[in-house]
Amino acid sequence: MKRLTLLLTLILGAYLIWSVEDLPEWGDPTSPASTYLSPHYIENIVEETSVPNLVTAILADYRGYDTMFETVVVFCAGLTVLTILRRTERKNKKVSTPRPQREGSDIILQNTARLLIPPMQLFALYVIAHGHHSPGGGFQGGVILGASFILLALSYDLKKTLKRFKESSMLFYSGLGVLIYAGIGVVCLLLGKNFLAYAAWSNFLGITELEAHSHGMLGVEIGVAITVMAIMFSLYADLASGGDLDEGL
Amino acid sequence: MDNVLTYIVSGYNYWAALILIMIGMYGMIAKNNLLKKVIGMSIFQSAIILFYISISYKSNASIPIIAHGHGVADHTAIDPNLYVNPLPHVLMLTAIVVGVATLGVALAVLQKIYRVHGTIEEDEILESIKE
Amino acid sequence: MIAAQTPILILLAPLFSGILITIFAQKSKNVAFFLLILGMVGSFSAACNVLLQVLQGSGPIHYRLGDWPPPFGIELVIDHLSGMVLFMVSGAALLTAIYSKHTVEVEIPDRIHHYYTLYTLLVSGLLGMVATGDVFNLYVLLEISALSSYALLARGRGLAYIATFKYIIIGTIGASFYLLGVGYLYIKTGTLNMADLSTMLATPEMHQSPSIKIGFIFIILGIWIKMAFFPLQGWLPNAYSCASTTTSCLIAPLMTKVSVYIMIRLMFSVFSADYIFKTLQWQQFMVWMACIAIVVGSVSALAQRNLKRMLCYIVVAEVGYMVGGVWLANSNGFSGAVYHIMSDVMMTLCLFMAVGAVIYKTGETSLEAMRGIFRRMPITAAAFLVGGFSIIGIPPTCGFFSKWYLITGAIETGQFHFVIALLFSSLINAILFFRIIEIGFFSPFDENGHGTHQVIVVNEAPAMMLVPMVISAASLIIIGLYTRFLMSNIVQWTIPVGL
Repeated sequence: MKRLTLLLTLILGAYLIWSVEDLPEWGDPTSPASTYLSPHYIENIVEETSVPNLVTAILADYRGYDTMFETVVVFCAGLTVLTILRRTERKNKKVSTPRPQREGSDIILQNTARLLIPPMQLFALYVIAHGHHSPGGGFQGGVILGASFILLALSYDLKKTLKRFKESSMLFYSGLGVLIYAGIGVVCLLLGKNFLAYAAWSNFLGITELEAHSHGMLGVEIGVAITVMAIMFSLYADLASGGDLDEGL
Repeated sequence: MDNVLTYIVSGYNYWAALILIMIGMYGMIAKNNLLKKVIGMSIFQSAIILFYISISYKSNASIPIIAHGHGVADHTAIDPNLYVNPLPHVLMLTAIVVGVATLGVALAVLQKIYRVHGTIEEDEILESIKE
Repeated sequence: MIAAQTPILILLAPLFSGILITIFAQKSKNVAFFLLILGMVGSFSAACNVLLQVLQGSGPIHYRLGDWPPPFGIELVIDHLSGMVLFMVSGAALLTAIYSKHTVEVEIPDRIHHYYTLYTLLVSGLLGMVATGDVFNLYVLLEISALSSYALLARGRGLAYIATFKYIIIGTIGASFYLLGVGYLYIKTGTLNMADLSTMLATPEMHQSPSIKIGFIFIILGIWIKMAFFPLQGWLPNAYSCASTTTSCLIAPLMTKVSVYIMIRLMFSVFSADYIFKTLQWQQFMVWMACIAIVVGSVSALAQRNLKRMLCYIVVAEVGYMVGGVWLANSNGFSGAVYHIMSDVMMTLCLFMAVGAVIYKTGETSLEAMRGIFRRMPITAAAFLVGGFSIIGIPPTCGFFSKWYLITGAIETGQFHFVIALLFSSLINAILFFRIIEIGFFSPFDENGHGTHQVIVVNEAPAMMLVPMVISAASLIIIGLYTRFLMSNIVQWTIPVGL
């Protein structure tokens, strides 16, 4: 079986590598991928959305529908892990290996974490808000926010962290993020434009359509960040404690 | 010699991606340890990301953020050759998220399998099922 | 105004109900159930509206998301084929949602609201896959439906975890293959929009390009894994038969059929009949594969003693029908395949619901659970009978007509092995269902042989389960009786250019 798989993958790999010849050269500026859609995006995005970070603009506006479902993927993954690992009836089943218990507390670790966490969270907010102009955005900022909670759980313990960020509120926030994203889209729909056409907000907020695009993107990025933050921490909490939420790694 | 070199340079990113894809696929299908299968899955997905990012690259081009693009200045003279193709970056941001999500779910199921069967070696699990 | 927005409402209704269940219904399962039904009803009514618009209008409906013009933004495209599939998927999801009330409470005692949320996410993923007109968007939605189905399947019994793990691995290979194929298409054309791709791929040099061929192979392989086409079918019976009743009622009819739909969509809306049947010319090989899939599925079904596993293998065989029909490369075969998507959703739904009701009442999953079913659960038994007749292909159920079209198509192209495989499978199905009918009708009520003397209590499943079951069984006959209408109003319009 192993040899057969090896043989198959080798044959397939050789064929694929042989056929690379047919692909355009790597880095060729005249390849179809670089000459069809990409110049339009590069030339027009600033005029159409007033956002200089092209990736953010495409992500949150041109392909905002994709990104909404991407957020739903994150939400869905969090729920999936939770529903697989957290089952109340499991209590009376055998647990194969007891996880190592934490003994005492490390003062250096805890103080470093205390120093680090507030700047991390501030930086995360910067990354979310500044995603229009520099690398960043909702996903990146959300992950940093989530990581700050994970750091807290690693340096103190999971129980203490869960007191501050309860499981029910994790679920609430993960749903809230998706709701913000989809809600912004639905408001556009109610204001008479298509779903996720942020220009619809312009009359409502009293701003130009260009600004409405920019603001709309910021709004959905915030939604994304909230969901990603909640789910990242929820994934950590569930996976690290095997679903018991008692003690972490 | 020069021809060989240009031949290699013209496609080595794709080669690397395709070789990684094959490694990942082999790991997913042939490995006995379920965790190694998950690792293979991760390699596979990352290799696809590499493949897409290779598509977006243009020689002598910069990251897709328009320089001095703030406010409403005259942007009539943006040269597309200065910026790499942004679309694959967007697509791969999605693919990364999907990869993380799948990895998390796979690890969760793996933990459950370990709880129920006491092992994550595939052949041992199959034996314990037969008994 | 609202009429122009209905395409997106089909998806948004289940999505919103899912989010609201998570946020507001953490305490009460009745609120969660209410929201679930609300979302499904909303989705179904929007789908009805869209289907009517398509039937009355002159062409496919295009819906631009974010008002961006198509190659730059994403658009939803709903034509006769996708309108019909949206209608069937949302309808089946609504019926299953009503049906789920009792079984979920028994089989999944804790965290019902999470189960319902994942249910709605799965449905919106499936609907989105059908509605979208963008190949990358399809990948995202494919992953949503995959992730939520992993969660739903893992909440099953027995070996559910190991089966789910295998499904995760194989499903990820499938999705990644699809993504890689899309990458090959993107690198050669620079676009992701389906309509745009199809115009670009129509040139002769694209037809000869090995990269496009590789892209096509990866995409098709990925989808075959998802639809469990032979020889990639191994994961399906394990994963589906360990699942809880509601999950298998939802996933078994819908996942494979939506995958078949996607295969058709990509074959004819992204690539073209010209490319596939004239340049590649795989149709002989593919029809042979479909024959093997049908035979393997049917024979394996015969070997099963577990009701759900048996149905799962029948699903595998049915996938062979549709793939074979599409690859027959003529209009009759194609109409047969499309018509079979429609009827097969209802057939499998009806059978899985009936079996689920039996399991709900008896707690057994083997064939023996059907003992005395005609006296104990007459309505369930009748629904099961109708579903079984439809699978066998007895008129006036719709199974007969889809087979009729498939066989006509096969005879037209001279592929008699496909005719033989279809008839063989009908024969096996007849044996299967008459065996069960025998157990259900003639077997003594218990092992001692005193069954006939006992008072037989009618112990029927609750009305919430019976109503959807009866509706699905009735729809089998209705679809069968209105075949001519459906053919001339829907199926005929789906036949792609060049067939």
